[in-house]
Amino acid sequence: MVEVYGKKATRYGFGEALVELGKENPKIFVLGADTAGSVAINTFQEAFPERFINVGVAEQNLLGMAAGLAVRGWIPFAVTYGVFASGRPWEQIRTTICYSNLNVKIGGSHSGIMVGPDGPTHQALEEISIMRCLPRMTVIVPCDLNETKKATFEAAKISGPVYIRFGREAVPIITKESAPFKIGRAETLKEGTDVAILACGTLVYESLMAAELLAKKGISVGVINIHTVKPIDESAIIKAAKECGAIVTAEEHQVLGGFGSAVAEVLVKNNPVPVEMIGIQDTFGESGSPSELMSHFHLKDVDIANAAEKVIKRKR
Amino acid sequence: MDLEKLKNIAKKVRRDIITMLTEAGSGHPGGSLSSVELVVALYFGVMKFDPKNPLDPERDYFILSKGHVCPVLYSVLAQLECLKSDELCSLRKIGSRLQGHPAKDKMLPGVEVSTGSLGYGLSIGAGIALGLKAEKKNNRVFVLMGDGEQQEGSIWEAVMAAGDRNLDNLCGIIDSNKLQIDGKVEDIMSIEPLAEKYRAFKWNVIEIDGHNFKEIFKAYDKALKTKGKPTLIIANTIKGKGVSFMENIVDWHGKAPSKELMEKALNEISI
Repeated sequence: MVEVYGKKATRYGFGEALVELGKENPKIFVLGADTAGSVAINTFQEAFPERFINVGVAEQNLLGMAAGLAVRGWIPFAVTYGVFASGRPWEQIRTTICYSNLNVKIGGSHSGIMVGPDGPTHQALEEISIMRCLPRMTVIVPCDLNETKKATFEAAKISGPVYIRFGREAVPIITKESAPFKIGRAETLKEGTDVAILACGTLVYESLMAAELLAKKGISVGVINIHTVKPIDESAIIKAAKECGAIVTAEEHQVLGGFGSAVAEVLVKNNPVPVEMIGIQDTFGESGSPSELMSHFHLKDVDIANAAEKVIKRKR
Repeated sequence: MDLEKLKNIAKKVRRDIITMLTEAGSGHPGGSLSSVELVVALYFGVMKFDPKNPLDPERDYFILSKGHVCPVLYSVLAQLECLKSDELCSLRKIGSRLQGHPAKDKMLPGVEVSTGSLGYGLSIGAGIALGLKAEKKNNRVFVLMGDGEQQEGSIWEAVMAAGDRNLDNLCGIIDSNKLQIDGKVEDIMSIEPLAEKYRAFKWNVIEIDGHNFKEIFKAYDKALKTKGKPTLIIANTIKGKGVSFMENIVDWHGKAPSKELMEKALNEISI
């Protein structure tokens, strides 16, 4: 059985971490864009009103003002829905923040397909791609509440732009508070020899479930949580390829340019092995309940398990 | 303020602009020349800026939102000895700190942030101003924009925020030379009535002749004294100012002069 320590949305991990950070570090400044409550930064606003600004529905200015605060030495966290935090002000992030190497942290909430009924306009499915292609950007996709909290703390410690992706839906907590977390280092959750499932975000849980399904069939599966998509843990990926000879990547995101692509880039340079990619296959999402959508777009444990069996057959 | 001295500095800056761009073989003379007095006045009479300590936290901030006119900034920084004059001829060449648009990561003293894509400077300036307010500091922030740049939507997000937050430590300056790449601003996408628009967003607006040092200093002084509102200075200027064959000619927005035309221009500027 996959051990689960409760269920809570990752956005609360981000919000809780910000409040703790605010107490420890007087330089933390949070910026919202009319979504403060839903992205869970309202608790920071209540605790530290003098270090919070709601810029209204204006994402370009959200990132621009965050950049200005960073110029002055603040550690700004600019936060809204992932679609609007990444795509809408993408060039501000590229030119003003990354090119200037400013210490701005971007929180992208409501990520993935699980934002559900609001439909494709609000389902952030491309931000991993468009954030990871930016020089100097660190991209973190935590798998649960505890990991989101740790990612937020660690992001505040490093200098430079960081994108943290989290979500609205309650998802199982699968890592312990005491579990190690280091930006850029993958965590092996399960050792295996026949196939390795490399996952980020919400699909780490589904991957662990998939490993159980496969174990029943006598297939030995490794599961690795790659929470930092950039800089990616190359050695963990190479090691998995060498040990298993076949890889499945799993992400609640477009496969084109996303996490799966990032893994594939490492493999083709170092140790090419067959890869199957679980994710959104170059299509827009649609309205529906989170669980319906996860099944509809083939992001569930059974889909990952099927992909694993498929990729094993491609092993040389 | 010694006006003759300032006029001489402005001449030197204009000469630098022309020689730098000719040497580079590309760049933006029109808007660089139109903004000379506005930038010279800031660095030689208005801003708290110590060239020997350009990262002093007590400094005032200058953000060149219209980043394509960076030759004017590079020349001013050279005159302040933030960089050696010889370095100016490296503009736009490989390995140079003097990128075609200002680059923060080249660690050039005086360049606070990378700019070049239009419409971003005012948000950055508003962010710095907000940070200073939160720190209860009195430093000032100056953002130089173009008039064509006012067509960017992101400008208006920043205008709204700065007005709403009473950022009186922020001063926007528009180098209003009335031309943009494709022609006259009023023909392409009119931004008028600009002053009324900013006033409607709770800004204090001052309109001046952007080549007249007396008017410029008066406007900056007014901006410094205005409480509770950010200030916008609409500076009416002439694109290509100081070089007769460039003045008000849209073609000189983004084209470097030949060696021959450089000599002609330098002769005119010396007079």
